[in-house]
Amino acid sequence: MAMDAKQIERLIKDALPDAKIEIRDLAGDGDHYAATVVSRAFKGKTRVQQHQLVYQALRGAMGNQLHALALQTSAPDD
Amino acid sequence: MSDVMQWIDQQVKSHDVVLFMKGTPDAPMCGFSGQVVQILDYLGVPYAGVNVLSSDDLRNGIKAYSDWPTIPQLYVKGEFIGGCDIVREMFQKGELQELLKENNIVAEQQSA
Repeated sequence: MAMDAKQIERLIKDALPDAKIEIRDLAGDGDHYAATVVSRAFKGKTRVQQHQLVYQALRGAMGNQLHALALQTSAPDD
Repeated sequence: MSDVMQWIDQQVKSHDVVLFMKGTPDAPMCGFSGQVVQILDYLGVPYAGVNVLSSDDLRNGIKAYSDWPTIPQLYVKGEFIGGCDIVREMFQKGELQELLKENNIVAEQQSA
């Protein structure tokens, strides 16, 4: 039960429309991804809260269909 | 609160540093858990390792307790710090070392 990168990107975009998202398939198996997400929604939030927002966007896929998503989040610099 | 939740709560509150992980600090069963073990060992801080693979109740319980979908999960002084990515990023930026220092958690003396 793997997920493709497009699906992941769409789910994050739905929840965080302004997000700049970069997804890499680490192992080529559709199961190990690295994602960089930059969004204004992260401003003033701790890292745990930022990751939490992305996990919420993935609606339960994380830890289930999606085994591994290395996550790096930040707010835009401006 | 269910028994397992109470047990988790007790671990979180009774250890300064506790890592919920797959496997044990001596034998991590997942690369992500292994990375956090390496960081904690490198820093030389004392910590308790809890193997979530020992029971399904525990494995699901910690996810609900922290409202966090993945393992490992690191707690310092009762506060949820994060999973592998966060711990690694904090370590690389020196923030984890800072956090431990602020909480008066010091590296164990190396035995000669």
